[in-house]
Amino acid sequence: MNIFDKTWAWFTADGAWTGAGGIFQRVAEHLGYSALILLIAAVIAVPIGLMVGHTGRGENVVVAITGALRALPTLGLLTLFALWLGLGLVAPIAALVILAIAPLLAGVYSGIAAVDKVTVDAARAQGMTESQILRKVELPLALPLIFGGIRNAALQVIATVTVVAYINLGGLGRYLIDGLAVRDYPRMVAAVVLVALLALIVDALLALLQRALTPRGTR
Amino acid sequence: MNTMNRRQLFTLAGLGTGVLALSGCGLSGETAFGSGGVSDTVTVGSADFTESQIIAEIYAAALKKRGINAETVPAIGAREAYIGALQEGTVGVVPDYSGNLLLYFDAQTKAQAPEEIMKALPSALSDQLSVLDPSPAENKDSLVVTAEVAQKFGLKSIADLAVHNSEITLGGPPEFAERSYGLPGLKKNYGFVPAKFSPINDGGGPLTVQALIDDQVQTADLFSTDPAIVKNNFVVLEDPKNNFLAQQVVPVVNAKQVSVAAADVLNEVSALLKTEDLIALNDRVSGEEKTNPATAAKDWVDQKLVA
Amino acid sequence: MNWLMNNLPYVGQLSALHLLQSIIPVIAGTLISIPIARLAVGRRRDGRSTAGHTAGSAFKRGAVVNTAALLYTIPSLALFVLMPLVLGTSITSPLNVYVALTIYVVAMMVRSAVDAFESVSPVTLESATAMGYKPVRRFWAVELPLAVPVMLAGLRVALVSNISMVSVGAVIGIQSLGTLFTDGLRRNLPAEIIVGIVGTVVLALILDRLLALIGAWLTRWRKA
Repeated sequence: MNIFDKTWAWFTADGAWTGAGGIFQRVAEHLGYSALILLIAAVIAVPIGLMVGHTGRGENVVVAITGALRALPTLGLLTLFALWLGLGLVAPIAALVILAIAPLLAGVYSGIAAVDKVTVDAARAQGMTESQILRKVELPLALPLIFGGIRNAALQVIATVTVVAYINLGGLGRYLIDGLAVRDYPRMVAAVVLVALLALIVDALLALLQRALTPRGTR
Repeated sequence: MNTMNRRQLFTLAGLGTGVLALSGCGLSGETAFGSGGVSDTVTVGSADFTESQIIAEIYAAALKKRGINAETVPAIGAREAYIGALQEGTVGVVPDYSGNLLLYFDAQTKAQAPEEIMKALPSALSDQLSVLDPSPAENKDSLVVTAEVAQKFGLKSIADLAVHNSEITLGGPPEFAERSYGLPGLKKNYGFVPAKFSPINDGGGPLTVQALIDDQVQTADLFSTDPAIVKNNFVVLEDPKNNFLAQQVVPVVNAKQVSVAAADVLNEVSALLKTEDLIALNDRVSGEEKTNPATAAKDWVDQKLVA
Repeated sequence: MNWLMNNLPYVGQLSALHLLQSIIPVIAGTLISIPIARLAVGRRRDGRSTAGHTAGSAFKRGAVVNTAALLYTIPSLALFVLMPLVLGTSITSPLNVYVALTIYVVAMMVRSAVDAFESVSPVTLESATAMGYKPVRRFWAVELPLAVPVMLAGLRVALVSNISMVSVGAVIGIQSLGTLFTDGLRRNLPAEIIVGIVGTVVLALILDRLLALIGAWLTRWRKA
């Protein structure tokens, strides 16, 4: 049997999909962690990106911070937080939130900043308040770039959230880390396939959502 | 650890000259150094937990002290990984533990006493591998509970855990879920099936210990030489059915990579290494002092190995 | 701090290994990405339309860019551990990390190299042809240099992400600054992990700065 047959056998084995530690459970955990991480990261990154993009103040700081965040090794943060906070959700979620902030912040900030100043001035001349300009003019026009950032962040988080299995959490990373511990290659290949599929599906859904949200005129 | 990995440099040189198309060449370069009889440098590998790394450093330091070149490849992974590396010959020797090594190759073994295990090992090992003399130093996996949990559930032996199956989460390395001495053995020997298994990748380290203290897990697989057991007043559960076999430290070698002279040095080390040494070394490296494994190993060799 | 002082040579050695594992995949990945991207962009329609491509080349472009993006969804740890299976390498071989990271760099760079070639104005290319540049010389003397600025932006992101990804190799025993994470966790030594994190970030900042300088030198014609 070659590796493909063995992987197929793994997928079709009794109890591979349902029950404790089955694929359905792991996928649900994986999506749950990812959603939680993206949500927290968005709560932090979106307001900052909007502010900086709108006012143009602190641009250099944002660029420097997103660069530095990108360089932060997730495994390092994960092990450090785990030593400080012990087992549980907090340490791994915090480590990955930091990973997700950079692409989100970059997307929101650059999206808003890229909106034509003439358009913004025209809105101001019509008597819109600053918050109206942000919500009704800049945000809709910035949506493509913002969604670019969201999709980027989602891809990265879904691929990287596998490392939380290094500490005792679940998700599809479990197959990877447990498979690695006993050199069970079919299980690891299965994990790769599942993560890639999940990432593609989520990305496609986000693309659809983006289409639905983008004002017709700017499509 | 302090010697730059030579193979790594050569692979790099190969890569630097012709980039990726050379992946094949990088490989053949790798084996070229190991082939043609016994290599003059012994590559000492280790598993991905600290004690294994310390013993590997001891082997390397002892070999160097006796005039034999040695380099270390630390933290290769679990047994599946480093046995693979040994069989390929990319590492020459790895410190292992006799009982678990035997179980890895022969899960059905009846051997229990230390001498029985050592007798069964040579024929159980795959062709490329052999074991040298075992050391009197022993380090077993063991199930450990806090004093409070022991009292609350009235625990003395692993058998007592089976009464409380549904109330117990067990913490240990991921491979514990599948190894024959792990969950399968505990079920077979004692009927102990914990409600939940919590896999923790720190080699029985601080997270596992903290999880016990915080009662996130009620029992955990720790090494019997772990200084944290005494420090935290943990209770080591008795194992009357010998689920965890005797575990003497023993060098497992790829004979092609290790000369007779090198084997003699490793045997000399094994004779000198005692269980107390392991506990003391673990404490130096992972306790308050945080000494480097290589430094702690070298100190031990300087002190014990007569020049 | 104390820990760092006592282990300077060790940290230095791991930094050197980390540096090699960061740079080689970036160079290899860039060299691989450029021809792929150039082929994907295909023959640009000449000056008549600045919009871009023919239907065939649009399909080719989409296929290449999406395949590259798909590679990026593979978790790095998975790619590292599966390499021996694909390449037939030893489990402990650093080659696993080099090849895996090269794949990531390709995944990131193909996209920005495609963008970079598309950023070159077809009018400019046509002028070069009119001036008597043959296709090969036109590529080296005009198209590639003009694509450098956009490519460089992508390269900097790829380099920095790569530097932080190198550390994952420690989980399979390939030494780098990531070794400080796994070792620090097992030995309950936050200081060691912090040294690893700070070291990685510093390495990224230095290399990023260096790459920016190289880029400025490569595109010094822009100032003229």
